[in-house]
Amino acid sequence: MLIVVVPVIVMTLWFAWRFRASNDNAIYTPEWSYSAKLDAVIWAIPVMIVAGVGYHAWVFTHSLDPYKPIPSPEKTLEVRAIAQDWKWLFLYPQQNIAVVNELVFPAGAPLRIEITSDTVMNSFFIPGLGGQIYAMAGMRTELNLLSYEPGEFLGRNVQYSGAGFSDQLFKARAVNREDFDAWVEKVRTSPDALDLATYEQLVKPSEAHPVTYYASYAPGLFAATISKYNPFGTLAANSVCRVADLDRSYAR
Amino acid sequence: MLGRLTIDALPFYSWVAMGGAAVTVLGALAVMAVITWLGAWRYLWREWLTSVDHKRIGIMYIVLALVMLLRGFVDAIMMRAQQAVALNSQGYLPADHFDQIFSSHGTIMIFFVAMPFMSGLMNLIIPLQIGARDVSFPYMNSLSLWLNAAGAALVLVSLVIGKFSTAGWSAYPPYSGIEYSPGVGVDYWSFAVLISGVGSTMTGINFIATIFKKRAPGMTLMRMPLFTWTVLTSSVLVVFAFPALTVSAALLEMDRMLGMHFFTNADGGNMMMFANLFWIWGHPEVYILILPAFGVFSHVVTTFSGKRLFGYTSLVYATTAIGILSFIVWLHHFFTMGSSANVNAFFGIMTMIIAVPTGVKVFDWLFTMYRGRIEFHSPMLWTLGFMATFVIGGMSGVLLALPPVDYLMHNTTFLVAHFHNMIIPGVLFGYLAGYQFWFPKAFGFRLNEQWGKRSFWCWIIGFYLAFMPLYVLGLLGMPRRMEHYTIAEWQPHLIVAAVGACVILLGILCLAVQLIVSIRQRDQARDLSGDPWLGRTLEWSTSSPPPVYNFAIIPRVDERDAFQEMKENGIAYERPDKYEDIYLPKNSPVGIIVGGFAFMFGFAMVWHIWWLAIACALVIVMALMVLSSEDDNEYCLTAKEVEQIENARYRDLAKAPRIILPESEEIVPGAPIQGTVR
Repeated sequence: MLIVVVPVIVMTLWFAWRFRASNDNAIYTPEWSYSAKLDAVIWAIPVMIVAGVGYHAWVFTHSLDPYKPIPSPEKTLEVRAIAQDWKWLFLYPQQNIAVVNELVFPAGAPLRIEITSDTVMNSFFIPGLGGQIYAMAGMRTELNLLSYEPGEFLGRNVQYSGAGFSDQLFKARAVNREDFDAWVEKVRTSPDALDLATYEQLVKPSEAHPVTYYASYAPGLFAATISKYNPFGTLAANSVCRVADLDRSYAR
Repeated sequence: MLGRLTIDALPFYSWVAMGGAAVTVLGALAVMAVITWLGAWRYLWREWLTSVDHKRIGIMYIVLALVMLLRGFVDAIMMRAQQAVALNSQGYLPADHFDQIFSSHGTIMIFFVAMPFMSGLMNLIIPLQIGARDVSFPYMNSLSLWLNAAGAALVLVSLVIGKFSTAGWSAYPPYSGIEYSPGVGVDYWSFAVLISGVGSTMTGINFIATIFKKRAPGMTLMRMPLFTWTVLTSSVLVVFAFPALTVSAALLEMDRMLGMHFFTNADGGNMMMFANLFWIWGHPEVYILILPAFGVFSHVVTTFSGKRLFGYTSLVYATTAIGILSFIVWLHHFFTMGSSANVNAFFGIMTMIIAVPTGVKVFDWLFTMYRGRIEFHSPMLWTLGFMATFVIGGMSGVLLALPPVDYLMHNTTFLVAHFHNMIIPGVLFGYLAGYQFWFPKAFGFRLNEQWGKRSFWCWIIGFYLAFMPLYVLGLLGMPRRMEHYTIAEWQPHLIVAAVGACVILLGILCLAVQLIVSIRQRDQARDLSGDPWLGRTLEWSTSSPPPVYNFAIIPRVDERDAFQEMKENGIAYERPDKYEDIYLPKNSPVGIIVGGFAFMFGFAMVWHIWWLAIACALVIVMALMVLSSEDDNEYCLTAKEVEQIENARYRDLAKAPRIILPESEEIVPGAPIQGTVR
């Protein structure tokens, strides 16, 4: 693209200077208004650039599709994220733990996050790790991430959602497998459990919510959060079947 | 009786809000006091507010746009100031207030600066440029103006009574729904948008009809000036796109007022339906705004290069191609909603394809300059500044069109920098170039060059200072619409951006000074010839300001640059053998009455004052019925009166420095005159 941008800027300044009215040495051709060759070139150059970039757009849009699982010999960690005013709740179905405003996962292993919202539209984004995706009530979106190295990232909602928006942050930490297991154990020692009554309290608006651990959570909470906005099952067929799958996985 | 309206609606909740309200109220009172002091109410009412003359309507649109530009800019500088100081602190604005400010900034700049500025230039120039005496529907034109003004007034009133929306200029549900935004703010937004949207749609219809039906004989489509082409394309887009906006705002209000569930979280609502509808309007809207600016650039480049426009046919095809493509790219505003890779890739590639005709246009302007004789009057500076800056925005646009990149850049300040990089150099510089270029046509004297150039330099330097840091911040991951933040690394960039906003403020002040200085020195800058820049198209063939009928004799067009051709053939100022009676539309108060009641209707709906809303709606319907059944709506300017006006015109022409009259130095009334330029 720079092969268009730089020449345009240079030509703008150069032509303006070269053909200034006070320059008597410059050629003046007031009637010249068309050249088939030039016309062909100025259409052809952008067409070629867009064809090239467009091809790559197609390829990379598919290869970097956030829904695409990341192939890895390691076991994929499943996380369910629920956007609330103004915090993020993470459910770990494989570990049966729940955490507010902290996302810990093993480095080197794929992380698969299913996302929904229990409030207005949010956008789940960990800028250091991957792209963002909307979180919408009654719907489920998905993000597949992988951190090769241990590290700490800042995650947040980037879709404006009201007064507490600026503080809707969480820490995302990629850690070693042992540290991850230790962290899971630490969460499990928490005295709190996220039952439905606790969830009803949690979902109320709060700003800059502290990191909170729950040793367990109500089964089917994620699916229930989605389906409470779809009492008549009006969700798109694909999503309904996905929610049913989830229920089965929770039952296991 | 007063619905939701109570004393609590007054802005006693914060000093900043009270200050804003006070400035608004005092400003309005001051304007009224000045008009009263000048004793100008009657003049204003008879000559301007009830006028259906397209030139006056155009000027009033531009006044509206410039006033709203000030308001929108105050919002901008308040945001920049807040973000410059709000590291680990609340800054000086609470979140609720900051959110109102970014919402009103976007709403005002798009709907009440860019739209009226565009409508103003269209109104002022199109009939002159196609050799017509007025638009096709002059009464509807007045109605459009006043509906736009009513929408703008609703946004201004929200500063004083109640609060404005905090949902951003795009008012995405479910946040903008009644559950999450129970106040009046979103209602202000949607009624302002609905009412002005009706006005804009009618403007679109009016200009399609005008351009298709009222062109001077001989002006085939491919002889139309480029500005006319871009306005035609833009008007077609308005007619197709604005209904989508009207529908989305109306459905949103039905959700809010009638408990429906189009866009709510629950009960079958789907917020992405709003996003789709909104951007089916919103993306064409970008081109609705920018195409007429491209038209202005085409005229400025060719006039100040003293050369024919390079690649006219290419430019016309590029314009229409952009118009069509603009309808199949809307999804790029929400690649991140989780649609499949096929959908995203399609819309990404379509978006990039728009860069092709846009690129062609830039090259066509460059080759118009090539081997020209370029004079650097201020309209030309705005155009050069546009070309050098716009391509950067184009490049960031192509980057954002790549879905994998957009996943990273969406909702960050990179996006904010990108669209300002399109809209400020593309749209605003274009309109300001048009304002400086056509000002002598509208008022009969030129704007001060020096202050125009100062304004340009402030704007362009301020633009780079204000928005290049936002590109960097976006790459650093800073989301848009942050009221405060915790990352120290961001602050230096935000301070530079705030400095940039201050430099832009100087640019705006220069524009104000330019206007004042020019009015005071108008006698030295009179444009007696009507052709101050050696223009090439028909608007320059008539006097400045043009007579109410524009052309005593409708010109005949045989060439693209019709007026240039006439000058070269020595028939530019030819005097007709005789004049004819001219019938013109009478002024009508219906436009401003309907606008006033539409404002009150909107206000009543916002505050749930149902009786008032019903009463206003009835008055509007009745006023329109009265207007439609009025048969005696034209007056006649007799041939004799026309001749008198034209004689005065020829006396001015004789005094004009650039006009050389070949036969005699003296004007013999009634005798044909031949004139050439230079």
